[in-house]
Amino acid sequence: MGNEAVALGALHAGAARGIGYPGTPSSEILDVYNQLGGKAEWAPNEKVAAEVALGVSFAGVRAFTTMKHVGLNVAADVLFTAAYSGVDGALVFVVADDPGLASSQDEQDSRRYAVAAGVPLFEPSDSQEAYDYTRLAFEVSERWKIPVLLKLTTRVCHSGTIVMPRAPDTGLAAAHFVRNIPYRVMVPGHARPAHRRLRQKLAEIAEWNETDGPNQEIEGSRDLGILVSGVAYQHAREAASDASFFKVGMSYPLPMRKMLNFIESVKRAVVIEENDPVMADAVRAAGGTIESAPEMYRFGELNVSRVKRILAGDVTPEAVPPRGKPPQLCAGCPHGITFDLLKKYNCIVAGDIGCYTLAALPPLSSMDTQICMGASLGTGLGLRHVLPREEAKRVVSVIGDSTFVHSGLTGLAEMTYNVPPTGHVLLILDNTTTAMTGQQEHPGTGRLLDHSPANQLDYEKIARAMNVPNVGTFDPIRQPAEFEAALVEALAKDELTVLIVRRPCILAVARKGVKPATTEG
Amino acid sequence: MNEKVTSIKIAGLGGMGVLTSTQILADLFFRQGRDVKKAEVHGMSQRGGSICSDVRFGKKVFSPMVPAGEIDFLVLFQDDQLPLYEAECSPQTVILKPDQIDLEKLGNKRALNIAMLGLLSRYLDVSSEAWLEVIHEVLPEKLHQVNDAAFELGRSGV
Ligand SMILES: Cc1ncc(C[n+]2csc(CCOP(=O)(O)OP(=O)(O)O)c2C)c(N)n1
Ligand code: SF4
Repeated sequence: MGNEAVALGALHAGAARGIGYPGTPSSEILDVYNQLGGKAEWAPNEKVAAEVALGVSFAGVRAFTTMKHVGLNVAADVLFTAAYSGVDGALVFVVADDPGLASSQDEQDSRRYAVAAGVPLFEPSDSQEAYDYTRLAFEVSERWKIPVLLKLTTRVCHSGTIVMPRAPDTGLAAAHFVRNIPYRVMVPGHARPAHRRLRQKLAEIAEWNETDGPNQEIEGSRDLGILVSGVAYQHAREAASDASFFKVGMSYPLPMRKMLNFIESVKRAVVIEENDPVMADAVRAAGGTIESAPEMYRFGELNVSRVKRILAGDVTPEAVPPRGKPPQLCAGCPHGITFDLLKKYNCIVAGDIGCYTLAALPPLSSMDTQICMGASLGTGLGLRHVLPREEAKRVVSVIGDSTFVHSGLTGLAEMTYNVPPTGHVLLILDNTTTAMTGQQEHPGTGRLLDHSPANQLDYEKIARAMNVPNVGTFDPIRQPAEFEAALVEALAKDELTVLIVRRPCILAVARKGVKPATTEG
Repeated sequence: MNEKVTSIKIAGLGGMGVLTSTQILADLFFRQGRDVKKAEVHGMSQRGGSICSDVRFGKKVFSPMVPAGEIDFLVLFQDDQLPLYEAECSPQTVILKPDQIDLEKLGNKRALNIAMLGLLSRYLDVSSEAWLEVIHEVLPEKLHQVNDAAFELGRSGV
């Protein structure tokens, strides 16, 4: 599949290290990279992953970082200023979008980040291009000393098409440090010229994209010309096999001269792109005239039938596909017990993202908020601060172990700093894995990406170090009564409480065939 | 580009072996020298939700997803999943369901996916040897015997 092709591409590009945080549909890339012999690691979150990758590139070698689209929100702070500082070896951000929300909380379009941060962006349409563009992304990054985005989508990540690899790169530099303070210390005096350097690089890259970029023109009937990028190209070729095509492989900076020439060379020009009208807007801003999809096609992913409808200008309502059986917590999942209790005590649950978010669906219906990773703490505290006392006392924040490490630590600092009058209760659901995305390790599991032993965070000690007065750990299956009593006590007090609910995910135990590092409180 | 693309959709619930079957089909047609594309749904760890995946092969395949109305074979691992995909079928679609196999004879229920591939194999011009070679490569050795029997059950009914 496309994710395997990216891993192989990175290996053949001689990357020194791949660092990421799991997120569907990007998660498999680093596992495969590790299996192929690459050096891969999970970081606590995407920002840290991008920072480590940037550090690797400052040593003059090639690095990449993997994440899902919303992960780039977390890593955006790194991206924007790394675009200024530039890199020394190469740095590729592999970012997987999820149009249609197969497994995400939004369907944002990462191409907007390329424009906003000013970094080149490649958009493969199948596994072969996923491989080729990965290699090209490293080359462009190294040549212009600039971070590069490789934008995948669910259908590129999880579709498989035949890949012909090329000979691996050889003769790459070994890691070494060269001091370069004006380029790497982004104080205002250094950042002003850095911004100018960035714009200069982008102008050169735009020229390169016009002449040598991975864009493809396919001659067909001049009656219809389709401007297209990403997997939408595959759908469009099938939907309109006679048309002419201009397929954009590097979507920022765009090969605008070539695109405008193409548009003028056909009788009717239509742009087909998934998610936002990024190319449509750019063409129009450059003075071109082109038809684009009606607003209704901005929602969800494209396919052959939808492309046919767009070309026919069909805006009649689309058939709603029947809904299948929704996913549910596995039978025997330890999360179930916690949410039964929260329901029993009529808690207002500030939730977070993970398998346990399924508790928001019937029959449990016992999660009240879920926005982004780590938000359970802040939103729960906000509610506690302002709700009337009787309601405030029922507010509980619930977070998974991987999510707690990802972005709950700073929320816990807030909890112990700006303490609500009624105190607060945090449950850390420690199933000793990142279950939702396929049971990856993280700094709390005591194992590295390849499952070898590592340092392990101690949530109890962390909570105590932050001066939380009431801290306890319970196994919800072996100690249901003790756990319930502790929760009742916490809800009654006007104090801060952190309860660690520890019981391994049953799938993780089954999959590894070994007991996770920690099974007892 | 004239040779017609053959499109197969496999549907079941999470944990029933939809992804393994997809892998077997993709490898099989790749070995037969065809262009192959597959589209899968990953990401929901939990068991039990409805999932499906597509495999398409031919001289040249573009979209990895089977367009509505162009399913040649719909392979269901559970009968009750049919309503989800009926609208995408055409009168030509061959629908394969577990009730077409003598499930009593299926030694291990978890080998149902391979039995269903055996049933599908009746319609495709590929030798048993070629199928089993790929099945053996994709599945761990200790499962070979059970799955060989399951494949045979699907292919010949015994
Ligand atoms: C910024 C960001 N990165 C990644 C994801 C994908 N993702 C959703 S939940 C989750 C982690 C779930 O692990 P955990 O909190 O341990 O809960 P579990 O699924 O194990 O119950 C991840 C990685 C995301 N939604 N947002
Ligand atoms: S995968 Fe693990 S955490 Fe997720 S629902 Fe199943 S048992 Fe629970």
